[in-house]
Amino acid sequence: MIDVPSIADLNLTVTFPAVFLALFTMVVLIVDLFIPKDRKIRTAHLTLGGLVVAFVWNVLVFDSNQTALGGMYIADSFSGFINFIALTAAIITCFLSVDYLKRTGIEQGEFYSLLLFSTAGVMFMGAASDLIVVFIALEILSIPLYVMAAMRYRDAKSEESGLKYFILGAFASAFFLYGAALVYGATGTTSLPEIFASVEGIVATDSGARLYLVLGAALIFVGLGFKVAVVPFHMWTPDVYEGAPTPVTAFMSVAAKAGGFAALLRLMVIALPELTANIGDTIAIWQTTIAIVAAATMILGNFVAIVQTNVKRMLAYSSIAHAGYILMGVAAVGTIGVAEEATRAALIYMLAYTFTNLGAFAVVMALEKDDGSGTQIADFKGLSRSRPLLAVMMAFFMLSLTGVPTTAGFIGKFLLFGAALEAGLVLLTIIGVLTSVVSAYYYVRIIVNMYLEDGEGDPAEGATQYLNYATYAAFAGTLIIGLFPFLAVNLLDTMMIAGLF
Amino acid sequence: MALQQFAPIAALIILAVVLTFIISNISTIFGPSNNTSRKTAPYESGMQPIGVGMRRMPVKFYLIGVLFILFDIEVIFFLPWAVVFRDLGFYGLAVMGLFFFILTIGLIYEWKKGALEWE
Amino acid sequence: MVEVEAFIVLSAALFILGAMGVVLRRNAILVFMSVELMLNAANLALVAFAWHWGGMDGHIFVFFVITVAAAEVAVGLALIVAIFRSRQSINIDELHLMEG
Repeated sequence: MIDVPSIADLNLTVTFPAVFLALFTMVVLIVDLFIPKDRKIRTAHLTLGGLVVAFVWNVLVFDSNQTALGGMYIADSFSGFINFIALTAAIITCFLSVDYLKRTGIEQGEFYSLLLFSTAGVMFMGAASDLIVVFIALEILSIPLYVMAAMRYRDAKSEESGLKYFILGAFASAFFLYGAALVYGATGTTSLPEIFASVEGIVATDSGARLYLVLGAALIFVGLGFKVAVVPFHMWTPDVYEGAPTPVTAFMSVAAKAGGFAALLRLMVIALPELTANIGDTIAIWQTTIAIVAAATMILGNFVAIVQTNVKRMLAYSSIAHAGYILMGVAAVGTIGVAEEATRAALIYMLAYTFTNLGAFAVVMALEKDDGSGTQIADFKGLSRSRPLLAVMMAFFMLSLTGVPTTAGFIGKFLLFGAALEAGLVLLTIIGVLTSVVSAYYYVRIIVNMYLEDGEGDPAEGATQYLNYATYAAFAGTLIIGLFPFLAVNLLDTMMIAGLF
Repeated sequence: MALQQFAPIAALIILAVVLTFIISNISTIFGPSNNTSRKTAPYESGMQPIGVGMRRMPVKFYLIGVLFILFDIEVIFFLPWAVVFRDLGFYGLAVMGLFFFILTIGLIYEWKKGALEWE
Repeated sequence: MVEVEAFIVLSAALFILGAMGVVLRRNAILVFMSVELMLNAANLALVAFAWHWGGMDGHIFVFFVITVAAAEVAVGLALIVAIFRSRQSINIDELHLMEG
């Protein structure tokens, strides 16, 4: 006899943000069919409405600490915060896209549906408590992004970027899946809390199961490493970021990263922490590996970014570098006792990066011409004279990416370096600080171009109504987190990741 | 004991392979053959063959094919449900109803988009 | 009685073949088929482990993987067709508009 759950057991209330968004996607898909071509702005409004509803609901159920959907979904403040990041990114991307889609002639109805699907994927990824759900969420997150990257289909670069992203993304998914299969083989369950419970016993014995577990965890790390673009799995990033339509690049640089790191943190923190540790040790077995990867990512990302002349490419390498900083937080999670602080630091860093990077891309889009040109660093020359406000905001975003005090980026780096130091990763912290200094070189170069170089000054015709809203929102977010960091930190103050803290 | 049960199947397989080989080759071995260039040319109902053998297909076939795969694969979710249909009762019906509803939305979408039109 | 390790060795071999195919093949369709081979290697491992543990989790996982693979096929083939129509070639070595 099968144990049949009732619909009340599913506990749908706490899953509402993600489930609602997934269902709402279909509403957008259908409603868009009936909206005439010249009034597609309605689709954008509808999308924004849905995102706002999900956002408000997410605030209501923020730290409910319950499991739902038969234990496959955890609603805790970790998933609440990931939802927060995903929805913020989606809302700002929505504003970014309205005018851009119109002037570049990209199909509008599908774009918003795909954006919502991808956002729902990120949200499920943050809340997944079962390997099956992690895998499906990973695909719901990725598959729409493959399509969106290729959506500017008259442009050969966009097609190329879509195919490259697709092939490497599918490759990464296969690695993740095989890792998940091996972890399942070692533990006999796909539920993360149950895996957590059985890992300790498996690590203690020197059996075949232990081999499966270690191999599986390594393959999962490779798969997710591709998604978040850490060295040595970063090769696709610059090409894909350059070729994809700019709002898509902006969205995938923050949302795909948030989703990937959410899964990585949950798997490392919750499911496999004992892999972590021969009993009695305080440091995870995998910590050194991840620390080395993080160091390589920070160094390569920052140094290669220096020589770029295209801003989209530069921001791509910069996003690789930032993945390295967040990975530093993941490495710090491996020290017993620091996990909570490190997770919080990584989450806040992601939120800060979300606002800052979306803002930077918004300014890039203001300068971008309809044919995709106008994204060279030289195009920023004289911007302070032609568009002073835009230049001020761009300068602020660049300083935030560098990590200068009073910006969001500083708060993120401060918390992350603090957590890494506490975890005893001194060398890694030093590398982090030094590479931040290196990164100042290429970020400040844009500011120099805007303020000190002579140039006729780009009229920045792309800075239209909706794009300006997006820029202001990102600017406000960056400034608020920079000045009042406790607003974000308090959200995670009562942080309870089910099963660990 | 286990392997002997498969003996009839093995015999059948061997018989099938040998018989097929004999039938398909018997005429080439025993029949007369005088090949002329006209005889070896591919038969095109009396027309002269033009162009290459591999023709490119209209992309519409591909579209229909992909749509078919998508909906075809979804059916596998009905299978386990059908096996335990009675045990699951109303809950199962409600959940599969939702699943079916989502599938229908996909169908409505592609219909309305004109993906099912041949022209 | 066959041990579960036998299946895992087979699936690992298939997985490695698939991974090598992705890295070495130059035709986008073949690369894509190699990815499918990797996914199916994982399916084999999942089913073998499900048989070993006697649970249903692995079987359910496989169902979802098959569906996801179909969705990937749809998107991937569409991209490949689009590329082929604009360039008359699906050699992934020729995808180098962007370098640096």
